[in-house]
Amino acid sequence: MSVPSYAGPLERTWYYAFRVFCAAVFIFLIAPILVIVPLSFNAEPYFSFTQGMLTLDPDAYSTRWYEEFLTSDRWLESIKNSVIVAFFSTFLAASLGTLAALGLSRSELPYKGLIMGLLISPMIVPLIIAAAGMFFFYSSLGISQSYVGLILAHTALGTPFVVITVTATLSGFDHNLVKAAANLGATPTYTFFKITMPLIMTGVISGALFALMTSFDEVIVAIFIAGVEQRTIPMQMWSGIREQISPTILAVATILITFSVIMLATVEILRRRSDRIRGIIS
Amino acid sequence: MAITVDASGDLSPEEQKRLKADLHRSLFRNKVRACLLVAPLVVFILVTFVAPIGNMLIRSVEDPQVNEYMPLTSEALQDWDGQELPDETIFAALAQDLIAGRESKEIGKAATRLNYESSGMRSLIMGSARKISRIEPPYKEALIEADKDWADIDNWKIIKRLSSSYTSSYYVAALDMETSPDGEVSFVPENQQIYLKLFWRTLWMSMLITAMTVLLGYPVSYFLASLPVKKANVLMILVLLPFWTSLLVRTSSWIAMLQSQGILNDLLVWMGIIADEQRLQMIYNALGTVIAMTHILLPFMILPLYSVMKTVPPSYLRAARSLGANPWTAFWQVYLPQTIPGISAGAILVFILAIGYYITPALVGGQSGQFIGNLIAYHMQGSLNWGMAAALGVMLLVLVMGIYGLYSRFVGVNNVKLG
Repeated sequence: MSVPSYAGPLERTWYYAFRVFCAAVFIFLIAPILVIVPLSFNAEPYFSFTQGMLTLDPDAYSTRWYEEFLTSDRWLESIKNSVIVAFFSTFLAASLGTLAALGLSRSELPYKGLIMGLLISPMIVPLIIAAAGMFFFYSSLGISQSYVGLILAHTALGTPFVVITVTATLSGFDHNLVKAAANLGATPTYTFFKITMPLIMTGVISGALFALMTSFDEVIVAIFIAGVEQRTIPMQMWSGIREQISPTILAVATILITFSVIMLATVEILRRRSDRIRGIIS
Repeated sequence: MAITVDASGDLSPEEQKRLKADLHRSLFRNKVRACLLVAPLVVFILVTFVAPIGNMLIRSVEDPQVNEYMPLTSEALQDWDGQELPDETIFAALAQDLIAGRESKEIGKAATRLNYESSGMRSLIMGSARKISRIEPPYKEALIEADKDWADIDNWKIIKRLSSSYTSSYYVAALDMETSPDGEVSFVPENQQIYLKLFWRTLWMSMLITAMTVLLGYPVSYFLASLPVKKANVLMILVLLPFWTSLLVRTSSWIAMLQSQGILNDLLVWMGIIADEQRLQMIYNALGTVIAMTHILLPFMILPLYSVMKTVPPSYLRAARSLGANPWTAFWQVYLPQTIPGISAGAILVFILAIGYYITPALVGGQSGQFIGNLIAYHMQGSLNWGMAAALGVMLLVLVMGIYGLYSRFVGVNNVKLG
């Protein structure tokens, strides 16, 4: 899109004003995230740029907050907990979600709308309500303040993403392929692993990544149902921001941003691959 | 299976019947198979997610404390008409409950519950429980002697009202109403209203945030949709990266940006726009909540808008222009109506997400930027008034479900898109 040669001065002004506005919105979107990165190398315990940092004095920069992060028992413990919880809940969410999506894509399934609504509900219901409900219920079952409780909760929150992405992949799925395989003598299990699975794999993986991200980033439910033993990274950040605010938070944030860049790239690559396989030209 | 065909080439009636039955059986088997695939997740969600919320629903009307820890009084009060002070039998029942409750040390639970209704009840119950071992029958005179509040008929009415195991009192309180001892429900004075005020604030701030995301998101989506796909995909990173970044990371970066010694204030002072001593208070108030939440929710507006705008052929706008419409008319009459589905999808999504927010308002909202979610958390962890938290949660849930109903009517559940 470029300004046409016949445009009058008013239209030209409008055109440039529009571009400036869009640029401003893009800056608004990305600046808070980019600003964190240099701040995390601040040598002083402040949340703002010091004089030295602005003049690019090397002494004003340091990696002390990263060292603090990597030597603190509490942070290391929280990394371990986050990894454990995220791993199991992602695995559960991906398996249950993929099975359900396979069922949902079959035309024979009755009450499809109702079931879809139910399965998506963890994404719609505000987390604070889910957290309050789970707190009461899981306590009465005796699984609050345990890994099991937290993993089950995060699995429930992650499944909608898997269901949605896998259902989307299956919408372009050619069911004749399954029939052909059966016709050629393959057992249903064999067909599933050799034909269906490779084709829906991209959907499963990106759904699983969403679920992983959900668990890794989830703090509200964790605050309510996890005990001190299960303290995750977001819980540690939450109490860090509320209590003793230190640039260690920013160091952690920078690491998490790197993490999300990798995630974003993976999901994008998968999406393009999936579009290519399904014959949609990108 | 062998199919026999008669001379004319048609199936015999028995064969037709058998084939039909086979078909039915096979269709049924497929149906069962589909259900079996969905079943594990349905059961899982029902147990781990729906049951907790149902449990919360029950908890919001459940009120067992008085009934459980003052059982004899509760029962004796069933037949009391509330016209005049209870007689000796009821006072004797109360004395028995106080003795038993003091021994089991659980009378405090009933006292705390009664205190939610009328402050002073706790000290009345606990004080009498302390003195009960020295009290002799007749209990009526002795208890009134011990604490003259027992002669106040209103206190008895409150105990009678709470003696049933179920109550609407949490909802009444959550609507900023109070029940008089006579059972009449009325609004509390305006300066004492907390919950309705907070509900309104949550609603209008969520609307403001939604409006901000439309205002910022619409031009950007239009810009992205009008670019060639390759360029748009590159710029899309600027939208998707915030989308994928942890909520806490984004919230803490807004703290770094907006606080009085933060980057934005430093920048304004450095540019000479404001003096050093008049740094702007942009955080720990409603403004901080609006800015941070607009940033966090903006991608949820841009993504559906963009995907709708991609489907609007640019030739329509050109056709309108060449037919004599000025740019504004062409946009307003031709382009905008076609993007309405995107706006409504994005707006309802952002609005639903916004009214349930808790973390961001808690961290950057200060006093004036708190949402209803923060009050739920406060009752869960601070005041431990769990019935109240449950009632507020159910009200918020009803609100969200109502809006979600609109969403699925306009957009459809199956059209939810990610990334």
